[in-house]
Amino acid sequence: MVAFLNWVVLLLCIVTATGLLLSRDWRWSLGFLAGQYLGVFWLAQSHLPVTMAAAKLVTGWMVCAALGITEFTSPAPIEAESSWPQGRLFRLLASALVLTVTFALASLTVPWLGLSLPVAWGGLVLIGMGLLHLGITSQPFRVILGMLTFLSGFEVLYAAVESSVLVAALLTIVNLGLALAGAYFMSTRSAEGTR
Amino acid sequence: MNAPTLWIVLPLVVAAVLWLIDNPRLVTLLASATAFFLACAAWFLPIETVLQVGSASIKLGASIDILGRALVLGSSDRAFLVLIYGSASLWFLGSLVIQVDRRQVPLGLIITALLVAAIAVTPFLYAALLIEMAVLLAVPFLAPPGQQPGKGLLRFLIFQTLAVPFVLFSGWLLAGIEANPGNQAMILQASVLLGIGFSFLLAIFPFYSWIPLLTEEGSPYSAGFILWVFPTTALFFGLGFIDQYGWLRTSAAFPTLLNTVGILMVATGGLLAAFQRHLGRLMGYAVIVETGFSLLAIGLGGQSGMDLFFLLLIPRSLGLLVWALALTLMRARAVSLRFQDAEGAGRSLPFVAASLVLANLSLAGLPLLASFPVHQALWEGLARSSLLLAFWLLVGSLGLLVGAVRAGLALFRSHGRQGWEMREGWPQRLLLGASWAALAGLGLFPQWAFALWNRLPAMFQHLIQ
Repeated sequence: MVAFLNWVVLLLCIVTATGLLLSRDWRWSLGFLAGQYLGVFWLAQSHLPVTMAAAKLVTGWMVCAALGITEFTSPAPIEAESSWPQGRLFRLLASALVLTVTFALASLTVPWLGLSLPVAWGGLVLIGMGLLHLGITSQPFRVILGMLTFLSGFEVLYAAVESSVLVAALLTIVNLGLALAGAYFMSTRSAEGTR
Repeated sequence: MNAPTLWIVLPLVVAAVLWLIDNPRLVTLLASATAFFLACAAWFLPIETVLQVGSASIKLGASIDILGRALVLGSSDRAFLVLIYGSASLWFLGSLVIQVDRRQVPLGLIITALLVAAIAVTPFLYAALLIEMAVLLAVPFLAPPGQQPGKGLLRFLIFQTLAVPFVLFSGWLLAGIEANPGNQAMILQASVLLGIGFSFLLAIFPFYSWIPLLTEEGSPYSAGFILWVFPTTALFFGLGFIDQYGWLRTSAAFPTLLNTVGILMVATGGLLAAFQRHLGRLMGYAVIVETGFSLLAIGLGGQSGMDLFFLLLIPRSLGLLVWALALTLMRARAVSLRFQDAEGAGRSLPFVAASLVLANLSLAGLPLLASFPVHQALWEGLARSSLLLAFWLLVGSLGLLVGAVRAGLALFRSHGRQGWEMREGWPQRLLLGASWAALAGLGLFPQWAFALWNRLPAMFQHLIQ
């Protein structure tokens, strides 16, 4: 049953990470991010105590809340990306490429870190999608989403090798710090907008 | 009382109090005084030794425990504390003559304290997370309220964040190697992860694109502080790794790798500096060249290499401080720091322009200036092992020199009947004049830095052997 649920959660991670990449509306983006943290919680709890994994979920949702509140009170961002190409089809194809590459890497990671295939693939998918996100955007809000996705994937993999409370606490601070940095970027945008 | 409380917790508490004060000059003075006090305390107060003060006896403990891990600052770390807090004190003092947001100086103090914590934490691989926290605090430091974050800041944030997983995973592998030293596959994996992690952390070629962007788009003074404090701490963090793991120290490929990467940074940074048309970007490329010099010094190995590495720190810190200060003063008066916009600015701001060129020349290794003795010694050391490396080192330094000459020509170019005037205030003239004396003094009498430089190697017992 747990193995089956792991595969379901992997699917959730793929859908949310791809959704984050494709969505243009911040509400959808934060919804996907919140769903992604649910997946991270499930994948991390296979190696961490449930309480520590739950801390990742709570942190993730706090991150979403912080970003959501700031975005809600900020003027609408200028959506134009300076990078090329920008189309959804390109992003979808790039996501498919990331899925393929991470599947190949996951089969190598399984014996290395002692993980099950869905957990390893889930972590690597999030890392890959996060990197892809960082590579194709220059908007501060999107950059923060990319870094949060990348770090989520890392946390899933790192949970298998390190269960220190201090590391968990510091990673929580880093996640919240990234959200605050994102909120700060958005607040400077709103200051520019009101000038 | 213990050392981590004094040198990590106290500056954090002071910074929190300073945050509440409205007067920017008072905040700057108090932050500078605090950093100076901490540097003096590190110089004079022994750690783990009973000190008799009248009838009372004081003993400064070396560690405190946090969530099952420890922050340890021993006697051997005192020279590092003097270097970090002493330099921070000068940086904060310099901000008295420029306009800074009142929250920036307390943020600088917090960043410094967090980076000291990164050096103090054991197991030391956790340092990556503390450095990342300092990076996150650098965001409002580099883009104060009302200023849009630029590409350089975003790339800085991205690259430093990408370093965290690589360093943490390599730490896990290194622990495995300690238990099983013969596992070559694990050694290779750890080396690759460590290499990538430090490439991001130290902005090593080709991950240094954010440095010139950062010095171009924001306040040069804030960027200069960040480009001094982060690479210095990351280099000490890296030396900690090399010191702790014997297989890394004794690996035959390691010095070759350091030399290759170091010379790539010096040559590319220097060559790109020669063609710059922006005064801020020029400083960014000088920082890249300096990181390359540090890597080459470590790559030389042995006592002489380590001596050179430590000797580079003080002239670099001074050169960057003067350069960043002069750039910020120039930026306040000129339209922008592009050569075409700053043309002739030296005729109305001669102290500022001369400081800018002098700091550039010092970091390029011009004789009689602060960096010359150590650059010359590094050249000599490299030439003994490879003439090719020495040649590219010369190319890099010449590139910076060409950049300085071009900047000087642009700044002092005359437009028609434009005469000379001095628009700088007296405090600025005095501070900049003192900085010239320091740059020249350190070049003529490098032994002045001996007292500090002599104590720094104690941090790395195995590297010196």
